[in-house]
Amino acid sequence: MSSTVVEPVPRGTLGARVGRGLKDWVPALVVFVAGIALWEGLVRGLDIQNFLLPPPSDIVQTLWTERDVLWSAAWFTFEEALGGWVIGCSAAIVVAIVLARWPLIAAAVMPFAIAANAVPIIAFAPITNNWFGALNQLSKMVIAAVLCFFPVLINTLRGLTSVRPQQIELMRSYAAGETQIFRRVRIPNALPYIFTGLKVATVLAMIGAIVGDYFGGSQNALGIQIRRQAGVFAFTEAWAAIMIASILGIAFYAAVAAVERLTMGWHPSARATTE
Amino acid sequence: MTVVSLEGVSKEFGTGGVRALQEIGIEIAEGEFVSLIGPSGCGKSTLLRIIGDLIQPTSGAVVVNGKTAHQARLDRDYGIVFQDAVLFDWRTVAKNIGLPLEMMGWDRRRRSDRVKQLIDLVELTGFEGHHPWQLSGGMQQRVSIARALSFDPPLLLMDEPFGALDEMTRERLNLELLRIWEASGSTVVFVTHSISEAVFLSTRVVVMSPRPGRIVGIVGVDLPQPRTADTRESPRFAELIRDVRRILRSGGGLDVEEPSGEEALIAAEEGLQ
Repeated sequence: MSSTVVEPVPRGTLGARVGRGLKDWVPALVVFVAGIALWEGLVRGLDIQNFLLPPPSDIVQTLWTERDVLWSAAWFTFEEALGGWVIGCSAAIVVAIVLARWPLIAAAVMPFAIAANAVPIIAFAPITNNWFGALNQLSKMVIAAVLCFFPVLINTLRGLTSVRPQQIELMRSYAAGETQIFRRVRIPNALPYIFTGLKVATVLAMIGAIVGDYFGGSQNALGIQIRRQAGVFAFTEAWAAIMIASILGIAFYAAVAAVERLTMGWHPSARATTE
Repeated sequence: MTVVSLEGVSKEFGTGGVRALQEIGIEIAEGEFVSLIGPSGCGKSTLLRIIGDLIQPTSGAVVVNGKTAHQARLDRDYGIVFQDAVLFDWRTVAKNIGLPLEMMGWDRRRRSDRVKQLIDLVELTGFEGHHPWQLSGGMQQRVSIARALSFDPPLLLMDEPFGALDEMTRERLNLELLRIWEASGSTVVFVTHSISEAVFLSTRVVVMSPRPGRIVGIVGVDLPQPRTADTRESPRFAELIRDVRRILRSGGGLDVEEPSGEEALIAAEEGLQ
């Protein structure tokens, strides 16, 4: 076998493992700039009324002039989303581990979990306001948490159970018990699945928090801002609030994706960055 | 000393269902290299798993290293290699090899010394920090073999370990495996469906018939040790291949065989005579 000369592949640097090269981003950047320009041009060229769609330049301007109010509201709502995300995701991972470890419990519980998943959870927002108090951030966290729970549960469970039978045979040949198999095979195997769930959950948590705000709460919340500004025909202000919600949502998602890339340099999905 | 002893081992899958193995009896002595050969569905992989206590026989007695197969598994008396390397993607080469040692509670220092020895043995120096997806199929299988050898088990169970590799890699790894076997002095039970591979590697070839799997013949391989690339050229090698093929045919299993290049050549020669 010494006749084949195979050189070790150098391991990627931190920068290469986190993000792609700058030139990979150029096409997306071009589309972004073109999209904004098209929006601006169409709104101005066709003289579209401000309450239908304000031009991006107005939105950015409002974003800047109203930055204190908007930022404080955005942070308040982001705390709701983040809190809900943490509660919902940790609960889902714990439950998934229990269900994977004792399949009998899973068989008894999963039909109800799947049925519960079909319930439009956002409809419960007025109820959680009643339970925890509309002004209490916890009432929105609960909505966000419940929204996050199912996708993370389903993904984690799939990751824990989609282990190749030979991996289990191998572990048993080393006299491993269930706990060892969990720690050394099932949980690491589930990590990519868990991260997929966690990323989906960031989006759901933002939706839960903002829609939760719509049903009433502190005046200093992003959802309330959007609703109130739209109610008094201050559409540019409403759009500015939507914009900051989007930016926070994307940043939340990107942060989780960055952690994923850092912790899973071993995963084949990291291939593109190390070669 | 007998390392593996099977007596009247039968296996049925399902209640009163498919009979996979029927009355298997064989004794394998220390230091032997025994191949199990037969067509697909003859239960040779099942038999290997019964020896490893990964499947329970329906009836019969299995003694491994002087104890029950179950106790032998708990004592980690064997290392196993599958057709697929079964490496853990999240572990580097070194950590994959060291996994059994970690589970046996070896401390870090002792572990890394041993892993280094094994990396040298299977010639993967420089790849310690690589992850499985960065390796070729042959290299992955070498990691898998190193892992099975890491804790120096008296018995090595191999389930078509080179079945998924190309012919050239397979022949190279065959030689490699023989070198390792001679160096370690362990006993090997090797499942394959390649006649030439079985003859080349083994001290004995156990020929099995298709469903239900039975032993239809055992061929003692008297080729001189150590075997080299030239071994394949010797007339005795061709003779032994012919013997194994005859027994396979009498057992009703030859039509399922896929002959390799040289086997096809020998078959053609036979046809001419």
